[in-house]
Amino acid sequence: MSGYNFAYLDEGTKRMIRRALLKAVAVPGFQVPFGSREMPLPYGWGTGGIQVTAAVIGPDDTLKVIDQGADDTTNAVSIRRFFARVAPGLRTTESTAEATVIQTRHRIPETPLREGQVMVYQVPQPEPLFRLEPRRAETRRLHALADYGLMQVKLYEDIARHGRVASSYDHPVMVGDRYLMSPSPIPSFDNPKMHMSPALQLFGAGRERRLYAVPPYTAVRSLDFEDHPFVPLRANGRCTLCGSGESYLDEVVTDDRGGRMFVCSDTDYCGTRQARMKEAAE
Amino acid sequence: MNDEPILSARGLRLSFGAVRALDDVSIDLWPGEVLAIVGESGSGKSTLLRVLAGETRPDAGSVTYGDPQGGTRDVHGMTEAARRRLARTEWGFVHQDPRDGLRMAVSAGGNVGERLMAVGDRHYGNIREEAARWLERVEIPRSRIDDAPRLFSGGMRQRLQIARTLVTRPRLVFMDEPTGGLDVSVQARLLDLIRALVADLGIAVILVTHDIAAARLLAHRMVVMRQGRVVEEGLTDRVLDDPRHPYTQLLVSSVLAA
Amino acid sequence: MYVAVKGGETAIANAHAWLDEARRGDPSVPELTTDQVAEQLTLAVDRAMSEGSLYDPGLGALAVKQARGDGIEAAFLLRAYRTTLPRFAASLPVDTGAMAVRRRVSATYKDLPGGQVLGPTFDYTHRLLDFALAAEGYAPARSEEAEPGEDAAFPRVTGLLAGEGLMAPEVASDEEPADVTRTPTTYPATRALRLQRLARGDEGFLLGMAYSTQRGYGNSHPFVGELRQGSVAVTIVPEELGFEIEIGEIEVTECEMVNQFKGSRSEPPQFTRGYGLTFGRLERRAMSMALVDRALRAEELGEDATAPAQDEEFVLNHSDNIEATGFLEHLKLPHYVDFQSELESVRAMRAQVEAERAAPQAFKEAAE
Repeated sequence: MSGYNFAYLDEGTKRMIRRALLKAVAVPGFQVPFGSREMPLPYGWGTGGIQVTAAVIGPDDTLKVIDQGADDTTNAVSIRRFFARVAPGLRTTESTAEATVIQTRHRIPETPLREGQVMVYQVPQPEPLFRLEPRRAETRRLHALADYGLMQVKLYEDIARHGRVASSYDHPVMVGDRYLMSPSPIPSFDNPKMHMSPALQLFGAGRERRLYAVPPYTAVRSLDFEDHPFVPLRANGRCTLCGSGESYLDEVVTDDRGGRMFVCSDTDYCGTRQARMKEAAE
Repeated sequence: MNDEPILSARGLRLSFGAVRALDDVSIDLWPGEVLAIVGESGSGKSTLLRVLAGETRPDAGSVTYGDPQGGTRDVHGMTEAARRRLARTEWGFVHQDPRDGLRMAVSAGGNVGERLMAVGDRHYGNIREEAARWLERVEIPRSRIDDAPRLFSGGMRQRLQIARTLVTRPRLVFMDEPTGGLDVSVQARLLDLIRALVADLGIAVILVTHDIAAARLLAHRMVVMRQGRVVEEGLTDRVLDDPRHPYTQLLVSSVLAA
Repeated sequence: MYVAVKGGETAIANAHAWLDEARRGDPSVPELTTDQVAEQLTLAVDRAMSEGSLYDPGLGALAVKQARGDGIEAAFLLRAYRTTLPRFAASLPVDTGAMAVRRRVSATYKDLPGGQVLGPTFDYTHRLLDFALAAEGYAPARSEEAEPGEDAAFPRVTGLLAGEGLMAPEVASDEEPADVTRTPTTYPATRALRLQRLARGDEGFLLGMAYSTQRGYGNSHPFVGELRQGSVAVTIVPEELGFEIEIGEIEVTECEMVNQFKGSRSEPPQFTRGYGLTFGRLERRAMSMALVDRALRAEELGEDATAPAQDEEFVLNHSDNIEATGFLEHLKLPHYVDFQSELESVRAMRAQVEAERAAPQAFKEAAE
């Protein structure tokens, strides 16, 4: 698409975003305000993630985009196509191992990340305290004072009421023992993958105009109690396609009589395993 | 009593427009001591409490807190972070309206447990057990632990607020008309409870009240305020039995008459 | 075997082709030109330009056409375009006092210097469907009244009040205001920032908020001090020239609401103002903005801020319809990963309840 700079954003905007990202990396888990631009995609559909990706990506990079773990969901396709149009030379891939930048909505790939890779998370609501305290002027103060008793009270109430912590996705984490952070709406199953990850993890919230980051090898602890430890949940079953008993599963309803099956939500992981099984069989 | 005051105010002044809410007020509070500040509404006693607790900044004067290590700290000079930390550890605040001091949508157990969690307690079972013990201590049945204060009577809410404040065993508690707005029979029971707890835990208390009877029951010493000034101070019995300032005489006689 | 259907590239392309077709409608009906939109659906274009924060009637008309008449979608298209535009200069503040006035009414004075100018307005029309408009070839009668001459003077009503000392003065500032499209708003915000956000806010939201202040949610006793509509010159000072040059004219509507202020210990009672300014001829919008602006000044004026319209964070954070519509519509995106977690969580909690029912005593002890 001619008439636009590489990766859509002008260089001035990219520099502004990179400066904010540097600050975010320097203060892990802290929400850095940034001058989020209006993008040609709607707010809530990944404008934060797209701006982060646009700011860090170069023509030598290989980009993977997933939504719900899958490369072929409509929004993932739409964003990948957007970058293919506005970033000439950029390679795109569906392989987690090959990608240098992975933009994601709601999942972390099953294949372990490695050093040098950048995860870019799309974040609808960067403020982990927003349901408990809607005023950002106040939550900002709570972060500054590391006053997180309120969040722990919420977990206490969950256990008192339900016997367990009720949040199953977007479960809050403490980053580097200092800042309370929203991991974005990933299932709590994925939370442990953030802890001491070799990859750089960047988070972009376009509508709320905040960026934050978890640098490589940073402690990310899911909030819990000593006697009610955090338990990542997954459906109890195996993938019908590749047989994995470890991956995060999507439940697929197959008829209206209660019939259902489970398949991997990570399409690349599932496809790779299927290919390997096929090879082994031949 | 120790040699050093736990809280010491010198030369406090504060005006709202032309109104002098505080006019050169100095006060000392000793560890374990209960000091009542009495006066009519508008006398400046609630303003004084907020200034002593660091919530309102005076135009002039200082408030100094004597910490357990024997050091002193300037209440209005410390950072907000430090003051908030103090407020949830070594200090406590009991509001007249329990709704200001409680989270109304959070269970009684959660309300009491919050301060424990704020200071880093992360064992659910221990937090819950400690909360249950404190509920019993303030005469709320254990079985109400998962009920929200919305479902509690006014007296129960106030007792819950006291449990929530005392659970971390603060050294200094500010109380603003803790029995205000309650029925007389409920007031008496609450006053007994506060007196027992304060004596048990050896807490220093600054109690703001217009209720002379409450002051007599709880306070070791009292300060009488009028138009932003301290007009009389002394041991509670002495002030009430032998008031010297005409205003105090009026205050005491009006209670006796009533 | 059943395989999970996940959308794909082809599906998207087909859907968009269908959209193009649907937009065009029945091909036997002549296609709408953007000139027709600009000339005949002017208020739709004005709204798209206002909420899109871009003054360009041609592009506004294109946006309205491309959006199939959906106002928010049209504003979104303009915003997305606007963000890519290079910035040559910042204009000087427009002088609405020097406006070439097409319409000007005041509800506070029966007559005033410059007079009341009704102009082209829906006011006092009877809202009866005009079937003559449905027929083609409709030619309006020429309006009798000539437009007021450019040299007619229209002193501001608020200025008249200020002359008597009855109007709280607005402190002029040469400080460059922050730009809401570049800087994230932090709270408390400045009035300049608030006005910027209101100026691009959703008209329906502004109207609802303004209406709530009239119904007792926030005390206000507003009068339309003045509503004026017309064109103003836009000037810039290019750095290399160092003097002002006029680069064009824009249509704007300005509203100054006059509100009573009870006064405080230090200040005597006087009137205060709420300010609204919008591109085009959007009176309802300018009036709503002025009421909300005044409501948001509650704290500054020492009034109790208890109503929703007086809550700065609430109003400003929820006024932008591009942000709101995006986030609302993102609920259409797949959420099956989160929903799956929720399913597992609800199942686990239900299992717990059932276990508890089966052996209540043992369970309770274990939990405590």
